[in-house]
Amino acid sequence: MDFINAIILLSNFVLVPSITYGSQLALGAIGVTLIYGVLRFANFAYGDLMAFGTMCVILFTWLFKSWGINFGILPTALLALPFGVILTIGVSLFFDKTVFKYYRNKKSSPVTFIVVSLGIMFVLNAVVRIIIGPNDIVFMDGSRFIINAVDFKETTGLLEGLTIKTTQVITLITTSVTCFILFNFLNKTKTGKSMRAYSNNEDLALLSGIDPNKIILITWIIVSILATIAGTLYGLDKSFKPFTYFNNLLPIFAATIVGGIGNPLGAFYGGFVIAFSEIALTYAYKKFIFYLLPFSSDSTNLIQYISTDYKFAISFAILVVVLIFRPQGIFKGKVI
Amino acid sequence: MYFSAHNLTGGYGEVNVIENCNFKVNRGEIVSILGPNGAGKSSAMKAMLGMLNLDSGTVTLDGADISNFNTQDRIKLGISFVPQVNNIFSELTVKENLEMGAFTSSDSIEGKIEEMYDLFPAIKEKKQQFAGELSGGQRQQVAIARALMNNPSILMLDEPTAGVSPVVMQEIFEHIIRIKEKNIAILMVEQNASQALKISDRGYILVTGKNAYQGTGNDLLSNPEIRKTFLGG
Repeated sequence: MDFINAIILLSNFVLVPSITYGSQLALGAIGVTLIYGVLRFANFAYGDLMAFGTMCVILFTWLFKSWGINFGILPTALLALPFGVILTIGVSLFFDKTVFKYYRNKKSSPVTFIVVSLGIMFVLNAVVRIIIGPNDIVFMDGSRFIINAVDFKETTGLLEGLTIKTTQVITLITTSVTCFILFNFLNKTKTGKSMRAYSNNEDLALLSGIDPNKIILITWIIVSILATIAGTLYGLDKSFKPFTYFNNLLPIFAATIVGGIGNPLGAFYGGFVIAFSEIALTYAYKKFIFYLLPFSSDSTNLIQYISTDYKFAISFAILVVVLIFRPQGIFKGKVI
Repeated sequence: MYFSAHNLTGGYGEVNVIENCNFKVNRGEIVSILGPNGAGKSSAMKAMLGMLNLDSGTVTLDGADISNFNTQDRIKLGISFVPQVNNIFSELTVKENLEMGAFTSSDSIEGKIEEMYDLFPAIKEKKQQFAGELSGGQRQQVAIARALMNNPSILMLDEPTAGVSPVVMQEIFEHIIRIKEKNIAILMVEQNASQALKISDRGYILVTGKNAYQGTGNDLLSNPEIRKTFLGG
């Protein structure tokens, strides 16, 4: 019984949250990796693009609620999502046309592009704060839990409860569906294959008659969809605060590089590696050990070796270790 | 002549790497561009593809002046190019490489892919493998097959046998002869001059960016001065 309690405890506090957070990072990291693969620069504005997308979704959610529209037990934000996606695609294409295109035509170096993306990051950052403000916003509605800890304990008679939130299930389903569609698009359709071809060998793609402008347009559209979905899922699961999205840039970049930059499948796994490391390394294992050990430990030690305050340090450490020992990433990506 | 380049002069920045170069090639003909290192062979080919800034010169295809066309438009007219390096999509499978070669065509390409497998049986077995995993000779076959996918009338090859063993070189030349039989004009830049001339109908020898010699393959091979200077005796 103690063993089952230990497993439930770990599932509740490590496994389920890691899978949820990992899915959100994975979607974000795929977006960053696609931009890197096709447009060949690390887009620092990505976190704030996620914030912008989420903000649009929140605004539409409020609008729908004011009209009395809701989505039953599911969050209204899911109804608002497509509208948020459209606005985010619009803002991405706007910045591409007005800013990135200029530097592309000048054939600027990747470093210039990074600095330019930093500029766009500040602009987006400011726009989001001006429109919706810097504060925490909870926009989750509908039913909160699918499995509730108290009910779980009553039903199973276990000491430990398992909580599964609606948002966690929504995150998992949405991520699976999105990735399934995306990978089928990249591997099965002519346009998807031409995107991979362009990312792999730009000169030969041009010699094969692949139109770079079309590839870039499609990339921005896909990336905006991914950013809005990832941002909305994260916001539903936790809350929306522009600064958090900016902060998430670090784990997203870490996931991208761990998986091999430019490699979408690698970015997908990278998201889970980072999420699991962050959560598993900052968890206090005292109770877990207590269930497993035959004797009771008297210590006041929480057996938490790293404070949750340092969770970003973990993704940063993984990033540094990967860059030193395996710069191409776990899966083969481009070496930066 | 089906394809001709007349008085090409141009280069990178101030320096001209080719001066008053002329080349002609007919369908069903193999023409080699030879010459020492730095003679401007690859640059001349780039000029014909619209990838080099030209000060003067005209390029005509089937009687039409295409001098002002950019590379992509020339490719749509049926000029295919196999670069010397990075000439495959290493992260795509062999089959996907072929599909990308036919990117601009809207018809069904299954038949064309089968035709390529007949022409290059070695790559048929590897069709689901990533092109980057193949051997040098097989990569070269994938590269040429990709270029043939959009039914070109001219195939331009930049050193198709660079860095492969003599056996593989012979194999690639045999493939090139078979492509010629499909009534395609073949223009190639080669380092292995005497072997290339043996399979060529005609050849041009460039020296410091200018046409130095030209003639049929046999003429050039039998000219003692050319043998001594360019073909290693």
